[in-house]
Amino acid sequence: MRQDHLITATQLSRDDIEAVLDRAREVADDPGAFADRHAGHVLALCFFEPSTRTRMSFDSAAKRLGMETIGMGDVDSSSVSKGESLSDTVRVIEGYADAMVLRHPSEGAATLAAEHVSVPVVNAGDGAGQHPSQTLLDLHTIRENHGLDDLTVGIMGDLKYGRTVHSLAAALTNFDVNQHFISPESLRLPRSVRFDLHETGAQLREHTDLDDVLGDLDVLYVTRIQKERFPDENEYHRVAGEYQIDAETLDDASDDLTVMHPLPRVDEIAPDVDETDHATYFEQAHNGIPVRMALLDTLMENAEADEETEADR
Amino acid sequence: MSDHELRVSKIRDGTVIDHVEGGQALNVLAILGIDGSEGFGVSVGMNVPSDRLGRKDIVKVEERELSPSEVDVLSLIAPEATINIVRDFEVVEKNRVTRPDTVTGVLSCPNRNCITNADEPIETRFDVVADGVRCDYCSTILRADIAEHIDV
Ligand SMILES: [Zn+2]
Repeated sequence: MRQDHLITATQLSRDDIEAVLDRAREVADDPGAFADRHAGHVLALCFFEPSTRTRMSFDSAAKRLGMETIGMGDVDSSSVSKGESLSDTVRVIEGYADAMVLRHPSEGAATLAAEHVSVPVVNAGDGAGQHPSQTLLDLHTIRENHGLDDLTVGIMGDLKYGRTVHSLAAALTNFDVNQHFISPESLRLPRSVRFDLHETGAQLREHTDLDDVLGDLDVLYVTRIQKERFPDENEYHRVAGEYQIDAETLDDASDDLTVMHPLPRVDEIAPDVDETDHATYFEQAHNGIPVRMALLDTLMENAEADEETEADR
Repeated sequence: MSDHELRVSKIRDGTVIDHVEGGQALNVLAILGIDGSEGFGVSVGMNVPSDRLGRKDIVKVEERELSPSEVDVLSLIAPEATINIVRDFEVVEKNRVTRPDTVTGVLSCPNRNCITNADEPIETRFDVVADGVRCDYCSTILRADIAEHIDV
């Protein structure tokens, strides 16, 4: 991957993705070989929005590469609440770190950050925008279970606000994948994501009922439907209930179906699914470590190569 | 003397933006950042009968020659507009507007949750796509409603 930052999944080519996933495989096979690779370097974890697992996942990945990590503490106590612009904040943090991971409630925050700093920026979620490092670990999980071609993938739940969905759908267009989107009418894919899919020539197949496609799927990617998306609670319970699965739902699925979820789940996947061979979401979460190690390793390597080129001039 | 020339007098030097879609004249001035405080003469004709458009608006800016890069952004709200550069009462140059690749600093993003609406010291930037413009930051696509989001 010859990229300086990871901001959106639409920037990734098939080669980019495969290069990171190949490296993730190497990491998983022999983590010790990567242990000190970036010793002496610092990763800033800039989380302007609460997150436990993504932050811990990056923290752990960085430390396993020999890096130190620094964070911002509680968002409320940082300068965010004092009204400092994101542009200023990232320019200050740039001086403290060799790379930064950014989670922010506004769409486009990571794009803005990357324009203001010269260290690598990883978008760890920008509002309802993108979450491309999650996509890399999703793709790694799919690849290890099925390979990435000649596949039928169903993505279900909140497709409108789900940033993991937006990134995954865009990235999958690089592969020979049939994508099905299953959601309530009010939470369909947003216009901008549909636009990108159309641009690549991908076919959009949208459904309101999982039963229409369940039997054809190799992968079912489930996301959470949040209460806040509905004007009243009854409506939420009525709609969300139709997009919850349990072991019985999966009776009609192929034996090889892989069920994924970016986690945390609430009640969209019943605990009895955990006992089936379909459940892959914990494996998926664990893949965050080798994949984020591979990603950070790649971006740090690119940054160092850029520095050397500058020095030669 | 034709009908519209009776309504809006000729200018000696400057720019005449003709064949603007009816009702868009004030948006044209807004996009160009002209509000009268610059001191040069500005005249506006609205809903002038036109063979080509039915009704059109005309904007005349005296003593200022607008460059193609300044006026191309007008193509988003007035695709039929013609730009006439006038010197000593004569039209010395006549151009159509062409669609630019990007529009910087003119439009505001309709997505309230976009970082460009969060008081950051940056200009908005939109890519011009097939039938609209698209925010470079949040990817939101703006179509027919472009005129409502002019922000100058
Ligand atoms: Zn925007």
